[in-house]
Amino acid sequence: MGTELQMDPLMVVEVKVTANFAKLIGGERSARAEGSTIGEILDDLEKRHPGFKQNVVADGRIHRFVNVYLNDEDVRFLQQLDTPIGEGDVVSVLPALAGGV
Amino acid sequence: MSGENLMSVMVYIPTPFRRFAGNQTYVKGEGKTVGEVLDGLGKSYPSLKHMIYDEADEIPGHINIYINSQEIHSLQGKATPVNDGDEMAVIPAIAGGQVALTPDQVNRYSRHIIMPQVGPVGQRKLMETKVLIVGAGGLGGPAALYLTLAGVGTIGIVDFDVVDLSNLQRQVLHQNDDVGKKKTESAKETLNAYNPDVNIVIHDTPLTSDNAMEIIPQYDIVVNGADNFTTRYLVNDASYFAGKTLVDGSILLFDGQATVFVPGHGCYRCLFPAPPPPGLVPNCAEAGVLGALTGVMGSIQAIEVIKQVLGIGESLVSRLLLFDALSMDFRVVKLRRDPKCPLCGDDPTITELVDYVEFCGAPFPGGHDGDGTSDGSSNGS
Repeated sequence: MGTELQMDPLMVVEVKVTANFAKLIGGERSARAEGSTIGEILDDLEKRHPGFKQNVVADGRIHRFVNVYLNDEDVRFLQQLDTPIGEGDVVSVLPALAGGV
Repeated sequence: MSGENLMSVMVYIPTPFRRFAGNQTYVKGEGKTVGEVLDGLGKSYPSLKHMIYDEADEIPGHINIYINSQEIHSLQGKATPVNDGDEMAVIPAIAGGQVALTPDQVNRYSRHIIMPQVGPVGQRKLMETKVLIVGAGGLGGPAALYLTLAGVGTIGIVDFDVVDLSNLQRQVLHQNDDVGKKKTESAKETLNAYNPDVNIVIHDTPLTSDNAMEIIPQYDIVVNGADNFTTRYLVNDASYFAGKTLVDGSILLFDGQATVFVPGHGCYRCLFPAPPPPGLVPNCAEAGVLGALTGVMGSIQAIEVIKQVLGIGESLVSRLLLFDALSMDFRVVKLRRDPKCPLCGDDPTITELVDYVEFCGAPFPGGHDGDGTSDGSSNGS
């Protein structure tokens, strides 16, 4: 959590969510969160918006029906929750949508 | 003639083809199926064969074969059995054959034809293309509409549902008087009113594991406008097995997603390996959807089909387009083929259609367990 060594500086990034996830972060479409990895960002969001994280992560893994992007890259193809964050990055949380109506 | 009960049928030859068939209006044909009758005709009239079969020995997109006034795509294709006394007809969708567009067609499609990226060659490609639309609803409607206006030769529509008043907030193919009508029927009427040249083929059924591999292989490209995960995974897998390009789109509330899956370049399972547990992600009937958003996303799907047919531009293959109508933000993220994908990965474990009801934990709408009610829960509404 960055409490011991400051090897991974904390970054403040914008996390975007889809409209159906907005209610999980206080009704907004994006939120600021800080951390040095995707996992820490999600933990920080959970602190600010309790109940958020279980919609994205279970048992230390991102749900298979939710994608988390660091900028335009799916973090499943990076280092999953351990993917490091850089200044100015945008994190997007994208659940599968089934609607066609 | 080996005593196998060959049936004798009369085959109507349209004017532009008559010179290939001894200037006859009707010729006699024999066989047990439509395919056998056509094969026989091809042997008797080799020049006619070139008109009714393409290089791959398939009936090209601009030719329709009717048996007693029913188009064979809605029957069993070339395997449709024939009976003594049946009347068969070979009808080219393009009057004048492949040689040239008619003056009316040149006029109708002139805004496309004058663009060098389309031209008369591209227009004829569109006319020879067969597109399957899964769902005659929010996404399928505008997609089918613009493909019809563009003169795509054959448009198949799968839907089992009937038009409900609550559909009319967004589903442009259906109008007030259509409430209670089958969506496929209403869609066909609307589309043919826009462009009578387009052959609209109706599949008035839920898409299921039992019929997907009969229906999808009849088409060149599939447009997904399904509104449930069960159908989405089925359409993904069946399109992959059939080797067809799938133009995918989905919507909810103010959000839209669109991408193109070409076999070998990633699939829906690479994007979302598993569906959410039932009830976690609401559908549009439960959560709502902005009507005009369906027009944006359905049009994007039509554009991707047209680009794919014409071979122009950069498609959404390997890219996922995200549209947020509230912030008016279009973004594109990367979509990769997952080497571990159970369908299209390096070691596939899914080699045929699976039990999608079990996989998704939810029935096919309109199936035996589906209520098929009018809340928009059709498997393609």
